[in-house]
Amino acid sequence: MRLRIRYARLGKVRFTSHRDVARIWERALRRTELPVAYSAGFSPRPKLAFGLALPTGAESVAEYLDVELAGAGPVPDELPDRLSAALPAGLDVLAVAPLEAGADSLQHAVTSCTWTVEVLDLDADRAESLVAAALAAGTLVVTRQRKGKAVTDDLRPALLALGVNGPTPAGVELHAELSTQPRGVRTSELLAALDPGLQEGLVRRTHQWIQRDDGRVEPLPLERLPGTVGAHTSRVAERVS
Amino acid sequence: MTSLWPRLEPLLPHVQKPARYIGCEDGAVTPEHGPGKVAWLLVYPDTYEIGLPNQGLQILYEILNERPDAVAERSYAPWTDLEAKLRERGIPLFSVDTHRAAGEFDVLAFNLSAELVYTNLLNCIDLAGVPVRAADRAPEHPIVVAGGHCTFNPEPVADFIDAAVIGDGEEVVSEITERVREWKAGGRTPGSRQRLLRDLASVPGVYVPSMYEPVYDGERLVAIEPRFPDVPERVEKRTIADLGDWPYPKRQLVPLTEVVHDRLNVEVFRGCTRGCRFCQAGMITRPVRERPADQVRTMVLDGLRRTGYDEVSLTSLSSADFSGIEGVVADVVDQPAGCGNVSISLPSLRVDAFTVGIASQIQRARRTGLTFAPEAGTWRMRQIINKLIREEDLYGAVESAYSQGWRRVKLYFMTGLPSETDQDTLGIAELARNVVAIGRRHNKHASATVSVGGFVPKPHTPFQWFGQNTAAELHRKVGLLRDELRRERGVQLKWHDPKASLAEGIASRGDRRVGAAIEHVWRHGGTFQEWSEHFDLGLWEEAMAANGLSIDWYVHRHRTEDEVLPWDHISAGLHKDFLWQDWQDALHELGVEDCRWTPCYDCGVCTGYSIEHVVASPVPPAGGSQGTGQDLATGGERPAHLLGTRAVPVTIGARPA
Ligand code: SF4
Repeated sequence: MRLRIRYARLGKVRFTSHRDVARIWERALRRTELPVAYSAGFSPRPKLAFGLALPTGAESVAEYLDVELAGAGPVPDELPDRLSAALPAGLDVLAVAPLEAGADSLQHAVTSCTWTVEVLDLDADRAESLVAAALAAGTLVVTRQRKGKAVTDDLRPALLALGVNGPTPAGVELHAELSTQPRGVRTSELLAALDPGLQEGLVRRTHQWIQRDDGRVEPLPLERLPGTVGAHTSRVAERVS
Repeated sequence: MTSLWPRLEPLLPHVQKPARYIGCEDGAVTPEHGPGKVAWLLVYPDTYEIGLPNQGLQILYEILNERPDAVAERSYAPWTDLEAKLRERGIPLFSVDTHRAAGEFDVLAFNLSAELVYTNLLNCIDLAGVPVRAADRAPEHPIVVAGGHCTFNPEPVADFIDAAVIGDGEEVVSEITERVREWKAGGRTPGSRQRLLRDLASVPGVYVPSMYEPVYDGERLVAIEPRFPDVPERVEKRTIADLGDWPYPKRQLVPLTEVVHDRLNVEVFRGCTRGCRFCQAGMITRPVRERPADQVRTMVLDGLRRTGYDEVSLTSLSSADFSGIEGVVADVVDQPAGCGNVSISLPSLRVDAFTVGIASQIQRARRTGLTFAPEAGTWRMRQIINKLIREEDLYGAVESAYSQGWRRVKLYFMTGLPSETDQDTLGIAELARNVVAIGRRHNKHASATVSVGGFVPKPHTPFQWFGQNTAAELHRKVGLLRDELRRERGVQLKWHDPKASLAEGIASRGDRRVGAAIEHVWRHGGTFQEWSEHFDLGLWEEAMAANGLSIDWYVHRHRTEDEVLPWDHISAGLHKDFLWQDWQDALHELGVEDCRWTPCYDCGVCTGYSIEHVVASPVPPAGGSQGTGQDLATGGERPAHLLGTRAVPVTIGARPA
């Protein structure tokens, strides 16, 4: 049986890397003594599948992880709390649900992400005009380094939505939906395309989306808020959603 | 208190590995500071990845935080990228627990486990906003204390620390806390700092450099004299009698980011009496004190459950020597938690089939590599260093390793040892070739990695009188091995930079005058000297020259028997004439046995401190006291003058009352 877990990464732990978080999860699952399935072979590893990497330094209330269990059975109600207790402060489990057999891996299924991005030292009016210009533009060309070579890319097709949320103490907050296929566009690339002088502040992933014919859905929606999540995170999640 | 976090946080997206600075480890505390509490900042003056796993620091962290009158937090040297940003913005060194400024603590306690971190010690003191020279400190500044193996020769850093702790820290941190608490309660009035230091100088195991005056006659050191009658002439190390009384750490810190030794670590014994003559750690931590096997089991099983680690290391200087190691290993391997995938690692000095047997039991899953440390290339050389492994022991061990599925073994050697000839050096190549040939009988891809380090003589060892090889000589010897092994495809040769060994030599056996050179290196940007990308021998040479100090005199000169050594006033419990005699025996190629299982030869530690070995097994492990089949007759006779008259009984089975 596979479980899909949705969790948040907020506060100081945002400075851990994707690899760090994977190791933290392995330890947490062993601590909760969940019967995780292990790979066969010379060095058995727990069967975990993480979704799209979150950049070091970014927060999120929409991180996912699929865990394969050795057996089947109902998901205990208190599992999110038990997992949160085994994780460091700032990593909190928001929801857990069994995954239907044959479900696509997170890496393949997810088509876009929504982000909030703080831009430092920028006022809301200027932000509005940058956003309007970007939405009106036919192309948004950026140059990036790839294997030591400069490559140019048009980000416009990947920019699915963009708007201004409002001012923050240090600047202004934008929200953006960026497609993840064929490659995940980073929020820093978006800012560079808006204006190369912009400085990124706090970034938070608020949603990952799976595009279907009948509309888009989340890999694991938070409909069961707030009952099944830790008190701390449910507040944050409510604020975001 | 003000947390520096709001000022730090905006910097972290712009530095490498920002998770080094966030704390948040499982096991970390959020201490409540208060006027009646002594606030310790425990600093490891190297990066977080190196410093976090340090067990000594974690043990003191717990002991202090258990005291109602103390709090302890931790700090590590910020990497150069963050340091530049901190200095630019005037942000001081901070704790990772609550991000409090280092200058707000009462005690800054540094762990010094390698000499090349000395410049980082100065850098951290400076980043804390504290004058680097102890003499310049005022009542508002914290007390700067150092501990760890390096403090057995504290002189090179004597001008920068207020006090050093010699030996085990478990008990003495409490005694220091009590003194500092009184000082704090008294309002840290002008002049009180001096009184506190004088008071600390009489705490056993505490050395206060400013209470001692070195006396020179030209280049020669003739004495280090106490400046006051109540200051002891010699500072004796502290030793906890029974490791079983100190089941620490109880809550080992589990970091969020990758560190070295990223696993559960359980210390199974402290001290080692194998008597390797180059080994400072072995000499200064005598006698052997084993943890009761049941306590080891509990600490391992509880620790795995609490931390979620799937790997445990049973630590000591040579864990295969632990009485009943096979039983402990079997229990851990078969324990139910962790889905049966727990792996164990243990350092071992033994080179024999017994070690391979344990290894095959614990590396059932991952047979990555197996390490042996013959340390020298010929039997003659191994008698000199008292590492009594015969060639057939090594070949037997690798035979059983390769035959049980290992494809690669690692071999550790030193070069630049006393009386070493080129034939001895080339013996390393010979052993390596033979090892690979044995391996090929079992696997055509068999290989061996040979690591060679330049020998640096250390204080409180029989080799403390030996003049270290020059960097050029070490280079030449490495070159011999490279030429010899060039066409040997199964052998991969690695070597430690001889230049770094030279700088280590300066700091290891230096006296107080070397402090000026260390300060010079630091002032000219020489931090993180343990890191090859930052190490700069030129800076050290320039610093020595600028201060009129001769590298030759400090590093390459053989010392004489009558010479006053800079650490003679610091005692590891070893009689100086025992060490001298052992040095002479070394030169005569005479070996000594491990006193854990044979009669005491009165090195001075047990007799002097009225303590004794705590070893559960009455007999040495299979294969003899050196863990090898040899008896000392093949290596020369046991010198009669080493047979102590005041023999010390070995505690067998029962714990000392
Ligand atoms: S005093 Fe004797 S028994 Fe104790 S460590 Fe020294 S030689 Fe060994």
